[in-house]
Amino acid sequence: HGGILPPRHIIRIYQWMTQIQKSNSELVTQHYLGKTTENRTMYYLQISQPSDKIKKIIWMDCGIHAREWISPAFCQWFVKEILQNYRSDPKIRRFLQNLDLYILPVLNIDGYIYSWEKDRLWRKNRSPHMNGTCYGTDLNRNFNSSWGSIGVSYNCSSEIFCGSGPESEPETRAVAQFIKKKKSDILCYLTIHSYGQYILTPYGSTTRPPNKNFGPLKITAKCTGTDDNIIPVLNIQMHVAEMAAAALMGKYGTSYKVGPTSLILYSNSGSSRDWAHMIGIPFSYTFELRDKGTHGFVLPPDQIQPTCEETMLAVTTIIDYVDQKYFPGGAVMLTASSLGLSLCLSVVLTWTVS
Amino acid sequence: ILTLHEHQRVSQLQSFPQRKDIDGVGHKYHLELELEDVLDKDSTVNCTAEVLYHLGNKNIAPDVQFTLEGELKNTDEADNVFYNRIKSLEKELVAENIPDNYGNVSPEMEPIHLLAWVASGYVIWQNSTENTKFQLAQIKHVKQVKRSDEYLEFDYKILLHEMLTQEIIPWQMTVLWHPQHGVEVTRDSRQPKQASE
Repeated sequence: HGGILPPRHIIRIYQWMTQIQKSNSELVTQHYLGKTTENRTMYYLQISQPSDKIKKIIWMDCGIHAREWISPAFCQWFVKEILQNYRSDPKIRRFLQNLDLYILPVLNIDGYIYSWEKDRLWRKNRSPHMNGTCYGTDLNRNFNSSWGSIGVSYNCSSEIFCGSGPESEPETRAVAQFIKKKKSDILCYLTIHSYGQYILTPYGSTTRPPNKNFGPLKITAKCTGTDDNIIPVLNIQMHVAEMAAAALMGKYGTSYKVGPTSLILYSNSGSSRDWAHMIGIPFSYTFELRDKGTHGFVLPPDQIQPTCEETMLAVTTIIDYVDQKYFPGGAVMLTASSLGLSLCLSVVLTWTVS
Repeated sequence: ILTLHEHQRVSQLQSFPQRKDIDGVGHKYHLELELEDVLDKDSTVNCTAEVLYHLGNKNIAPDVQFTLEGELKNTDEADNVFYNRIKSLEKELVAENIPDNYGNVSPEMEPIHLLAWVASGYVIWQNSTENTKFQLAQIKHVKQVKRSDEYLEFDYKILLHEMLTQEIIPWQMTVLWHPQHGVEVTRDSRQPKQASE
């Protein structure tokens, strides 16, 4: 029943990571990221094709919320699939030439353990407050992106308690420090959650299109070609997310909604996705995996693999896009949209900066 | 009233339902929904609904009017099998954690699960506002209550998940069911959240 680990889980996650590194040592290395509140070690896996080329980075983290078990299952599945297929799959081979994949299988280790051993529906980390009478900060309200402004609680007993300050939690700091250090090389930040079946784009705290420190690639389409089918793509981030959702749906018909959190879900602040985009990472997405509430956090085992398989298609669509956009040339797979763009005789590309 | 074994998934056909603000009354939404039988995905029924959220007093449940464009499947046989099985139990049914933490529901517990879904739908309706989105997360405990009449009665302790606050809310509900008379929630009350250790 691939994916969700039985008890002895956390030891097995560490063992799995060690095992993965050992049996794929030419490609995978395990790295220290930081420590959790309860002093457990956070490791990420780096999947990197040996090369003299300078690579850019795709970052993906899972398990920021303890009860969302399908999320760490997906990170494990993703790593397994890449390592199983990188020799035979031309798409994977192509993007691994240019991109390193950094995967954090369980961000909120303490919370995850607590959800296995004590409370299945625990969400937050396990930081103690009020002299140990109240526990847990919502790590996805703890990042320094309009921290504490909307969609949060200042009360520790709430599930959306944002912590005592931005990056107050060691788990948040471990991730934020690392990403800050590498940000000039990170092209894509993915964070995996459940449930709801969404691909969410920035921001949670405003309905204005994201253009804080670094806006999306804006294509001012001054196409002087004569092809009538050219559709100017005004928001690349949305466009890529829509392609990913379409790829996902192609597998089993699962339908995902796509858009900014503040518009299609609810308002919130301090999310990791918003923070990543604010510091300049161009493609930043939250995935909310299956289902839409019928089972919610407690997904039946027979849905684990199908969920992972379809989500794989969405994530690789995004990685493919990023790869072809920043490393054009070589075997380019023409899609309808790229064909349209290539027919434009003059297209002005501007990074919007404010 | 849905019979017990009709397990419908509700899909909204519109991204943003049409909303009408009625001065001094509230907000009225027009919904177009597709009901899909979870056990038989090809079986769908369209449904239109009008939901009126009342202004001001948040203690009044929204008004709901709906029209089904077609018929839901007949589940009399499955309902009767379940009814007779429970009626013939020597000891009152007791169970915990449905589904279990890994998402499993045993076949014998599936109707108990479906009954909780239907009943929690009523509780959710009675407690919904424009700023809530509830789902049944888990049945923590269910106990059959002996009755002298034909009805089956179950005392449930469920957990509801509210999406905006992300809270897990324990709720007690007393549920009556009979194959011909349908589901009724005779008592329900929000329970205090367990203090986190």
